[in-house]
Amino acid sequence: MRKLHILWYFPKKYTSQRILLNAKRFFSHSLPLAGENALGLFSKFSANSPLKQSPASIARMQRGLPAKRRLENIKNVIAVASGKGGVGKSTTTVNLALAVASLSRKRVGILDADLFGPSLPRLMNLKGEPNITDKGQLIPLINYGVKCMSMGFLVSEDAPVVWRGLMVMKALQQLLHQVYWGELDLLIIDMPPGTGDTQLTITQQVELDGVVIVSTPQDIALIDAKKGANMFRKVGVPIIGIMQNMSYFLCPNCHQSTHIFGNDGASRTAKEMGIDILGDVPLHADICELSDLGQPIVIAKPDSHHTKCYMNIAQRMLSKMESSSNH
Amino acid sequence: MADISSANSSIVSNLADVRHVLLVLSGKGGVGKSSVSIQLALCLVKAGYKVGVLDIDLTGPSIPRMFGLEGKQVHQASTGWVPVFMDDSQRLCCMSIGFLLQNKNDSVVWRGPKKNAMIRQFLSDVFWGELDYLVIDTPPGTSDEHISITEYLKDLNPDGAVMVTTPQAVALADVRKELNFCKKVKLPVLGVIENMSGFICPHCEECTNLFSTGGGEAMAQEFKVDFLGRVPIDPAFNLIIEQQNQQGIVSKSSDSTNENTLIKKYAESNLFKVFTQITEKIVSKCAKCDPTTIYGNATRNIREFALQ
Repeated sequence: MRKLHILWYFPKKYTSQRILLNAKRFFSHSLPLAGENALGLFSKFSANSPLKQSPASIARMQRGLPAKRRLENIKNVIAVASGKGGVGKSTTTVNLALAVASLSRKRVGILDADLFGPSLPRLMNLKGEPNITDKGQLIPLINYGVKCMSMGFLVSEDAPVVWRGLMVMKALQQLLHQVYWGELDLLIIDMPPGTGDTQLTITQQVELDGVVIVSTPQDIALIDAKKGANMFRKVGVPIIGIMQNMSYFLCPNCHQSTHIFGNDGASRTAKEMGIDILGDVPLHADICELSDLGQPIVIAKPDSHHTKCYMNIAQRMLSKMESSSNH
Repeated sequence: MADISSANSSIVSNLADVRHVLLVLSGKGGVGKSSVSIQLALCLVKAGYKVGVLDIDLTGPSIPRMFGLEGKQVHQASTGWVPVFMDDSQRLCCMSIGFLLQNKNDSVVWRGPKKNAMIRQFLSDVFWGELDYLVIDTPPGTSDEHISITEYLKDLNPDGAVMVTTPQAVALADVRKELNFCKKVKLPVLGVIENMSGFICPHCEECTNLFSTGGGEAMAQEFKVDFLGRVPIDPAFNLIIEQQNQQGIVSKSSDSTNENTLIKKYAESNLFKVFTQITEKIVSKCAKCDPTTIYGNATRNIREFALQ
């Protein structure tokens, strides 16, 4: 509580309209205590702010399911999901976002909704804690022209987030509604694996314009991807299409291709479920190596075959979204 | 708290005849936890032990499919739910929510409390009987399932956790969190397995490090835990698993030796040799502790006290 009092006495000339200098969250880099404010955000002018109650408490006071809302100043929101872990959702999200930004000059943002294993900071080469506006909103970090927000910016890299579902829900509500995105054409939400609290919370709270399902070709991954797709169908989110990742491996030595994870399973699944196929991305050691260095392949090797694959997928995705919005 | 202690006592009494409990963990998804769980189980069965596999990944249960047991039913007996046996020899059994779904494509969209209740039922209501090893396959992350399983198993003193990772930095970041989680809940870590470490091209035998290499070993040294071994990518293993369900010959014994086809095919694969060594390391680590029956722990404590 002492910290808050000091800030109240902070001279007004040091604060700009929107950014409170050196404003850090309460309990920075430590796990916050339970309660409405899962991420430890605060608002200096909370008494005078138009939003007198936090979105979290508003949702709780409503009877029944929380109402779905469109996010402010964001034209389209899509999710990249898969029931299965490790198929490349985060890598796909990052490369798709950059491909969309370069193809269409749209303003793109990425929200990493995986609270337990946030990969976005490493993939986008971003570090450091985000600042807070005077209204208590997190300011997303920017790299390669794309705005990013992730749990990874709010806890240190080795600290596990050991939370039960309720805290996860509260934190997600804050990540959805208390981030100052500004004006965005497209926000891409990188979902965690599974069909649990995170997926439920996001589909219940936000109006999603579509979801891209990512899978590898093997049956084991496709079963979970189908479950993920069925879940989105149940809650009425349109499925933009399915993207097959790690489709085959081209040996750099002998240039023969091997289907390490099975052959074309995602295409068969897409036909069975009546979903469009957005494209294929083959396996390459470069993708992993560059991702670990925080250089998405679309940026690091813009002329490579893989970048072309991502560009094609982004193009198909954008044209599908445009045609469905025209209906 | 009263709920947890009463649940724990019924879990402890139900699992009294299980000698060793192993958890297969990883913070990251898709590193091969389920593959490692079943390979561990198959190697233990081949070494002559009686093994049970519990799949607590409720939203993405892979174990039934990997064992080729999709579509099997769970039966109720007077002693509890009967786990699904692999074959007539009854040396390998498993339980997963996959057996309880009406349609294999049904999604399980549950919040925490329901998941916890299901895990508790798996531990207290399933008649595991006498087992040498119970291998528990977990989902990625550090959420409800992990908090619950460590709470419920607290009184049983599980032998420890086997951490699975791929070598790349993005995966290691999440596995570090899991290792710190194990430290927090005082769960011993038996070791780290580096999965998908290298791929040998079947055409030219050149090894490509698709997901980088060496990261798992470095992390094991950093955290001062044992490094159990490196497992390369083998497309043949994927093929064995996928063919399981296509052929559908699972519960019948294939020949006079009464050995299941999956175990036989796996024993002929390249990964079997790698995994046998890893299994031996894990078994020797478990053998250092006395059998994990509740009485076993008590006798060990008394013995230690007497030696002081």
